[in-house]
Amino acid sequence: MSSSIQNPGPSKIPCYGIWCVFALTIMLLPFFFTSRFSISLFSQIGISCVFALSYNMLLGQGGMLSFGHAVFMGLGGFIAVHALNLISENTLPVPLELLPLIGGLGGAFFGSIFGYLCCRREGTPFALITLGIVELFASGALMFPSFFGGEEGVSGNRMIKNTLTGFDFGSEIEVYFLIGSWTFLCVLCMYLQTQTPLGRLANAVRDNPIRASFIGYNPSHVRFLQFVLSGFFAGTAGGLFIIRYEIIAYDALGLVPSGNVLFMTYIGGVGHFMGPILGAILISILQLVLIHYTEAWQLYFGLLFMAMVLWAPGGLSWLLIVHQPVWKAGLMSKLLPSYLQALATGLIFFLGLIIFIEINYHLSLSIEPGAPLELFGLVMDGHSVVPWSTAISCLILGLWLFRHSVKMVAAQWDAVMVIITKKTLER
Amino acid sequence: MLEFVTFSLLNSLVYGMLLFLLSSGLTLIFSMMGVLNFAHASFYMIGAYVAYQVSTWVGFWPALLIAPGIVGIIGALVERYGLRKVHQYGQLAELLFTFGLAFIIEELVIMIWGRVGVDYKIPSSLEFTLFDLFDTSFPAYKAFMLVISVSIFLVLYYVLVRTRVGLIIQAALSHPEMVGALGHDVPKMFMLVFGGGSALAGVAGVIGGNALITEPAMAAQLGTIVFVVIVVGGMGSLTGALVASLLISFLQTFAIGFDYSLYDLVNAMDTWPFLSEAAGPWNDLLHVKVAQTGPVLPYLLLVLVLVVRPKGLMGVRET
Repeated sequence: MSSSIQNPGPSKIPCYGIWCVFALTIMLLPFFFTSRFSISLFSQIGISCVFALSYNMLLGQGGMLSFGHAVFMGLGGFIAVHALNLISENTLPVPLELLPLIGGLGGAFFGSIFGYLCCRREGTPFALITLGIVELFASGALMFPSFFGGEEGVSGNRMIKNTLTGFDFGSEIEVYFLIGSWTFLCVLCMYLQTQTPLGRLANAVRDNPIRASFIGYNPSHVRFLQFVLSGFFAGTAGGLFIIRYEIIAYDALGLVPSGNVLFMTYIGGVGHFMGPILGAILISILQLVLIHYTEAWQLYFGLLFMAMVLWAPGGLSWLLIVHQPVWKAGLMSKLLPSYLQALATGLIFFLGLIIFIEINYHLSLSIEPGAPLELFGLVMDGHSVVPWSTAISCLILGLWLFRHSVKMVAAQWDAVMVIITKKTLER
Repeated sequence: MLEFVTFSLLNSLVYGMLLFLLSSGLTLIFSMMGVLNFAHASFYMIGAYVAYQVSTWVGFWPALLIAPGIVGIIGALVERYGLRKVHQYGQLAELLFTFGLAFIIEELVIMIWGRVGVDYKIPSSLEFTLFDLFDTSFPAYKAFMLVISVSIFLVLYYVLVRTRVGLIIQAALSHPEMVGALGHDVPKMFMLVFGGGSALAGVAGVIGGNALITEPAMAAQLGTIVFVVIVVGGMGSLTGALVASLLISFLQTFAIGFDYSLYDLVNAMDTWPFLSEAAGPWNDLLHVKVAQTGPVLPYLLLVLVLVVRPKGLMGVRET
């Protein structure tokens, strides 16, 4: 049977090109952005990419909405940190470079236990079981201090003698290259997995489980295998997390990090392999950058997610893909003016929103609500009318103009689509 | 011992009825619209905060009426302008919508009222001891909570079973398309049920917020517990929700009273001496006190029910 499933994908040569560019990007990034902050940001992005892609093995490829994916990354991380401590005591002869593999095996082990419980069901019951599991771990982890380390967590030290490459991983850049190579390897493996019979069957089970079982495949079995593999890569991400941060605590298992990876994957787009990577990059940057500037970063984050759910359910990767035919037909120039207009009017609305949110946060959360708030170099007094009226008028004006320009975009889009259809018909 | 049993029974009855207020709306929404509403407990939180705000202006009693009304209107608007729009993208999008909504509501509450809890007080007219039994006193406010929640249960039951609206809602629980084909405005009914369910959660917030605590984390604390209730009780079953609410609150309340662990049991029985030499996680497991398991038990029950009996206690169809 499996021989009948063939890969109808594009020719191999451009594929190799993309992977070479990907590898080169990972290698060259730290030479262009040399600051300590950006290198640690890149490491974080790498970990998030692996984690989000492993999540998409469930959500995108298998149609399984899990609320408990952080459990596998967390457990992988805990196993990795205990392994790291064993390595430094010289009881476990494994080089540091292979630590993520131990985390991955741990993730796969727990994935097979919980996958057995979850995978017989699909849809909402599946989601509910994963929710139960994540809450079990979140509330039960503190009962097992010898494994989860109680409130303060378990820590290790990555600077050990037993390494393959001879680096001591004392500097940020060495850690980055280790994480970068693991990221490349994991992304490649996860991409190849989508081309295997199992990957294809996961798609079939996602789209129509009854038909999949008619042609002789047990849907729960396919889901289970997919779940275990996904647990493996999540555990690998946990191992990378340990190499990067050297500490993990029980809150890494909770609903918050599980929701976080859901946000990343969905904002990036579940329908395309690239989606979760885009989401992981965007959200990691937003998290690390916004947190320095505003107390309200989680609110912006949530609003972005809601906007995606309401208006772009396919995510960022979908937005890019629908423009591919337009780009090929050379018609982007027709769309750009209306896009720029929508961007400008959207920015007015967004400015109003930012002022509104920041003033409110300032008044209710800062130590000195009476002190003026500095925003974009402007000084505002939360108790005066000026910023409030500016915010509200920006919001109303921006919304009105934005709705208008959205209509323009839609009209332009339809016109471009008509031209493209004509061209294809002429051929 | 008798004192412990009596008061644990009373307390779990009060807490269980509060859980029921929350989950009754959720179970109707879930079985009617197929939407697992993650934001339901957030409406409970909004209820508590709005009641706090209104009660600082006009006192507790008007707030008891105004706050659920406001929450109900917010709920209906969310259904009309949010859920109905994402409905076309399928169940996943609806679920994610409510998930994101719960997230945003928590942030908005932080934005308006701050990260620390607010001082939402029990009204002074109800701040007295109802009766003393043995050495413990039972506050009047708990009795008030019980009266409110029981009477809401009775009214709700009457409306669902005896009135025409209730009849149509019951029909729409299992066969929404058929009800639509008979000429009833099903989307409007969805809005009504969603608003009504949110208002019930709002009532729970008004009477529970001051008895427990009114803080931004209160929604997340109860959010998953109400899912446990509707799954254990069975989808769309009001009586199931009642039984499950009481069951879970009994479990949690009684667990807190027992300060024993497996280790004590092993020691008392004096068998299996090798067990006391267990190390690592096994040793932890031996030393876990029953009182500590309170927060874990509901989730264990959730997973068990979904795996073993997906219909729940009183449900007619599978989750």
